[in-house]
Amino acid sequence: MIPTTWFLILGAILFSIGVCGVLTRRNGITIFMSIELMVNAVNLTFLAYARQFNQLHGLIFVFFIMAIAAAEAAVGLAIFISLFHHRETIDVDEANLMHW
Amino acid sequence: MNWNDVAVLLPEIIVTIGASLLLLGPFLRRKPRPAGMSLGLGAGQPAEVSTGDESAKWWMLALLVITAISLIGVSWAAEGLALSAGFSQMFALDAFSIFFKLLFIVVIAMVALLSDDFLRESRYSAWEYYSLLGFALCGMMFMASGVNLITIWVGLELMSLSSYILAGYYKNEEKSTEAAMKYFILGAVSSAILLYGISLIYGVCGSLNLMDIEKSLSTLISNDALMFGIMLLAAGLCFKVAAAPFHVWTPDVYVGAPTPITAFLSTASKAAAFAIFARIFYSALHDFHLDWSNVLATVSALSMIVGNLAAITQTNIKRLLAYSSIGHAGYVLLGIISLSDWGIRGILIYTTVYVFATLGIWATILMMRRHEYAGEEIDDFEGLSKRAPFWAFAMVIFLLSLGGIPPTAGFIGKYYLFSAAIEAGYGWLAIIAVVMSAVSIFYYFKIVVAMYLREGKEADMVITRPLQVVGAVALAVTLIFGVLPAPLITQVEQSSHWMATRAAVPHVGR
Repeated sequence: MIPTTWFLILGAILFSIGVCGVLTRRNGITIFMSIELMVNAVNLTFLAYARQFNQLHGLIFVFFIMAIAAAEAAVGLAIFISLFHHRETIDVDEANLMHW
Repeated sequence: MNWNDVAVLLPEIIVTIGASLLLLGPFLRRKPRPAGMSLGLGAGQPAEVSTGDESAKWWMLALLVITAISLIGVSWAAEGLALSAGFSQMFALDAFSIFFKLLFIVVIAMVALLSDDFLRESRYSAWEYYSLLGFALCGMMFMASGVNLITIWVGLELMSLSSYILAGYYKNEEKSTEAAMKYFILGAVSSAILLYGISLIYGVCGSLNLMDIEKSLSTLISNDALMFGIMLLAAGLCFKVAAAPFHVWTPDVYVGAPTPITAFLSTASKAAAFAIFARIFYSALHDFHLDWSNVLATVSALSMIVGNLAAITQTNIKRLLAYSSIGHAGYVLLGIISLSDWGIRGILIYTTVYVFATLGIWATILMMRRHEYAGEEIDDFEGLSKRAPFWAFAMVIFLLSLGGIPPTAGFIGKYYLFSAAIEAGYGWLAIIAVVMSAVSIFYYFKIVVAMYLREGKEADMVITRPLQVVGAVALAVTLIFGVLPAPLITQVEQSSHWMATRAAVPHVGR
């Protein structure tokens, strides 16, 4: 059986890749995909622990996370579409109407 | 399924059903057209739409009243109010959650009243708007009651997703969409970080239930994964309350969002985030107080300094209030850091007091709204004392309360928080807090100077009945609790009793 640590390390790596993606990418959709990667890294961590403890709590949380990530995607993409209507781009660097 | 569980959940069930019905409102209320009326005779159409939107507000208020009544009824029925947990310890109806739920219902009712004019003037649907507010309320109620990290997180997301949409409700206004986009991206990142923290805590404790986490932590010496988890959790929560290193979204979102929604974000949403912050750190993580308190103390100091200093130079009042709300998050964090009965009372009192003073300020700002985004520069307040003497006076009271000057309620909250910090050995933090309160009075008085000492422009004010009601309620609460704080303090002592005893449980492991 694969030890739990390996899953946790993979989860940590995926989460870090997601964070790097959010920090470096400028396209709204790519940023959103990086966020999804972070969320999926969390899912993997939960599943690894749930397998180790032989428990249902972690598995149930993963279901909730997936459902809410889907809802989040719906809201997020709607916001990006609405932004695209205004300025024909979803580059987040262009979103600079407000700054001090 | 246990019927007691369902009874405990009754107010949330009512809000959920009510919010869903509000979404269907325009269809449920469509009246059958007279047979002779064809499409060509649609001249009466706009009037009909506006009366429909008018009734949306009343339905929303009726829903809130029913929810409040059911909540009070359920809380009477729950014996002792110590802690009745339903759904195998997922959901608790204790005095702490009831206090916050009642606060949320009142705040949402006031936000609904503030939104009235904005919805009537704009072409956006009132039904969807109130429905989203209802769902946000449902999420906040679950946050207040959650004793399991699943419940807390799902409630938090329900509130956040609703507020992302509400922040972008001015679809045709570029600023609003941009605010929604920024709020969404940063909110989603913070929620992922929060989740990672939860997953690590789960890995160490083997449970998501706050009581079980507390139990397993009491025998634990120290653990790197746990520390990492707590820090990530705290980072995610600090984003939601807009504390300093995680505050960058606040000014932009507050400025871009429709003003009633800014009022919602700066009051209800913040109070709900503080409710779960206090719940998690007081009832589950108190054994590791030594490890997290210094980090949170730094966050608190940074929030107070950054928020208050950045507010000085602002000329846009929404931006000014955004920075000042970052400073206020720093003050409330004092209550979490000190981890004592005074601390938790301070959190409850200060949130209540801050929420009402802030809502009063938003009501006054909305009175000056001439079209969608106007009335929000400090210059717009020039000569307000001539144009509307009563509301200029009310504004002074609200600002004094935010600054913590004695005859107003803000003083009581700050008194509790600051003395809790001193008692817990954070004298340096209390000094920063006092100095920064003085700084905040400086920039609050920029508004007062504009209202009383400068000549006014001939700008008209739109003082409508709903705004008057909100302003009057906020003024009454701010003044009454400032002069006679005893009822509030007694209530808060009862509501926070259980949480305060948790904080005092001695640690076994170290």
